[in-house]
Amino acid sequence: MNYFRVLVVDDEEDFLETIVKRLGKRGIDAAGSASGEKALELMREKLFDVVLLDIKMPGGMDGIEALREMKKIAPLTEVILLTGHASVESSIEGMKLGAFDYLLKPINLEDLLTKLAQAFEKKDGQDQKIRSAKIKELMRFPARVFQQEKDEEK
Amino acid sequence: MKTSLYTGLQRKIILITLLVSLAPLIVLGATIYCQFARMYGDKITQQITYRSRGLSEAVELFLKERIAILCSMADTHHFNEIINETNLSRIFEIMNSRAGAFVDLGVIDSNGQHLAYIGPYDLKGLNYYQQPWFGEVLTKGVYISDVYMGYRKLPHFIIAVRRQEKDHIWILRATIDSGVFEGIVKAAQVGKTGDAFIVDKNGAYQTQPRFEGKILTKSNLETNSFGGGTTVVEKKSGQGKQVLFAGTWINHGKWLLVIRQGVTEEMTGLFSTRDMEIAIILSGILAIILMTVFTTRMTISRLRDADLKAAELNAQLMQSDKLAALGKMAAGIAHEINNPLQIIIQKTGWMEDLLDEEEFRKSANLDEFRDSIKKIEGHVERARKVVHGMLGFARKMEPHLEDVDVNAIINQALDLLGNYARINNITIKPDLSPELPIIAADGSQLQQVFMNLISNAIDAIGSDGVIEVNSLRVGPQIHIEVSDNGPGISEEKQKKIFDPFFTTKETGKGTGLGLWVTHNILEKMGGSINIRSQEGKGTTFTVQIPILIPEKK
Repeated sequence: MNYFRVLVVDDEEDFLETIVKRLGKRGIDAAGSASGEKALELMREKLFDVVLLDIKMPGGMDGIEALREMKKIAPLTEVILLTGHASVESSIEGMKLGAFDYLLKPINLEDLLTKLAQAFEKKDGQDQKIRSAKIKELMRFPARVFQQEKDEEK
Repeated sequence: MKTSLYTGLQRKIILITLLVSLAPLIVLGATIYCQFARMYGDKITQQITYRSRGLSEAVELFLKERIAILCSMADTHHFNEIINETNLSRIFEIMNSRAGAFVDLGVIDSNGQHLAYIGPYDLKGLNYYQQPWFGEVLTKGVYISDVYMGYRKLPHFIIAVRRQEKDHIWILRATIDSGVFEGIVKAAQVGKTGDAFIVDKNGAYQTQPRFEGKILTKSNLETNSFGGGTTVVEKKSGQGKQVLFAGTWINHGKWLLVIRQGVTEEMTGLFSTRDMEIAIILSGILAIILMTVFTTRMTISRLRDADLKAAELNAQLMQSDKLAALGKMAAGIAHEINNPLQIIIQKTGWMEDLLDEEEFRKSANLDEFRDSIKKIEGHVERARKVVHGMLGFARKMEPHLEDVDVNAIINQALDLLGNYARINNITIKPDLSPELPIIAADGSQLQQVFMNLISNAIDAIGSDGVIEVNSLRVGPQIHIEVSDNGPGISEEKQKKIFDPFFTTKETGKGTGLGLWVTHNILEKMGGSINIRSQEGKGTTFTVQIPILIPEKK
């Protein structure tokens, strides 16, 4: 399994803390955030491959709202939704907004790992496609290397 | 309790209806009968009065005739002529030929000496001066005696008239065979009980009555109860029968002519009318009773059916209300429990992760820890299943319609469970109608329904048994029956079978949610599920799904 970066967003601190620890123990670079707002901040600072997002967070930003914002910040980052009983409809909505999949609470770590891996593969595939596209572009127009650097500075 | 309520109501309705309908009928019948009887009685009284009057006129006429002929004979002859027995004999002959019924004829002088006599007895020379009638005829001019038995043992009476010839007075006396006017009277003895006779002032018979009593013996009539004109008196006869007596005084109030008539005979017309009326009323009453009982029974049984249906509907409503409320509660509980479960499972997972580290591996109780953690995980899993069951229902509140072949879904469920059944030596016999239409329904939900029912059937049998799965189109519905020959379910448990968390399985084996969810799924679809079970014989679940034709795409 490749090394990848995961952001877990859940308002249950105990859960958040434990899942981050457990993922970390399995060699995944996991970070936690107890609210949508904080998660968005983190995403602006750092790149994540996969986000595990609780869809229902009472008080503060709603999961769906956070998802919308995340897709704006990092369109390629895959989002897996964590859903409770009454939020399946929200999950479907979330999927329409570009979420990768959803998991029903309480989650099983094995399932989570599988889903994370799948999401990462997808994201990685996308990345690679983009990279090879860029390489092709650069091969054709080497001068664009500088433009690229400029973009990245932004 | 309920039955007695219905029978009580039935009795009340029948009683009231009968009372209201029979009372007027009986009152009407009785009134008509009474009126009719009174009119009939009046008619009989009138008739008997006429007869009495007519007869009395005939008797009076007879007497008057005799007196008249006697008077005329006395008046047209001189004393000297009449005491000559040859003349007297001629007169006697004339009288008998003209009027008849004269037995003898005699002439008596003012001293009571019987001077001349024509007749069968030797009465000549007798002196009547001492006789009371002699005085009477001298003073009144005419005398009619009461009837007496003559020497021939025949009833007779005498008529005597006075003849005043200047200062000489003599009397012409004749004996009359009362048998003759008995004939007149007898003509009125009609019918079976009709009688006619004459009594004197003291009630002694002057003619032979048809029944009871002999001539000249005392009758038990109280003559003073008869007034002037014609009086009708009602009496009870010896045999307790009602008898009418119509009496008319004749012969200047000396005799009473009586017509006797048994009421019963005269009343036969009335009685037959009465019997017919009673028969009509009785058959009417019978018809009314039968109709009342019949219609009341029908009404009550309809009422009972309606009540039963209402009760059933009520029970169903209560059941679905209860299930809906329980559903909401369960969903709420599920939500609240999920989060702690989530944390527990992650925390135990973390603990498990940590056990792999060096320091713990050396611990003597490592296996104990592992074991405990496994147990915790196991039980969290169990709790998770319960919650998932509840979520399963809550999640599927909105069915997703697609084109569904019910048989295909049943076959899928059978495939999935076939192995499980085989292991337990259970034969599944599907009998699926090939004529089922494709319907619009939620396939995965239906799948869940059949899986639940078939796996329940397998669990109920345990091992060695048969499960039959039938599908059939019934009108606008598809019926699917899942029958097992397991131990069956008691009636008490059947009532709770669709309640959440109700299970007959061992603790930990069933969540008690399967049938609850099944029931809810079907209800959402507009279908239903019923249980039919007999302890010791098996259980049949019948699923009814409405046929919704899928929209053409």
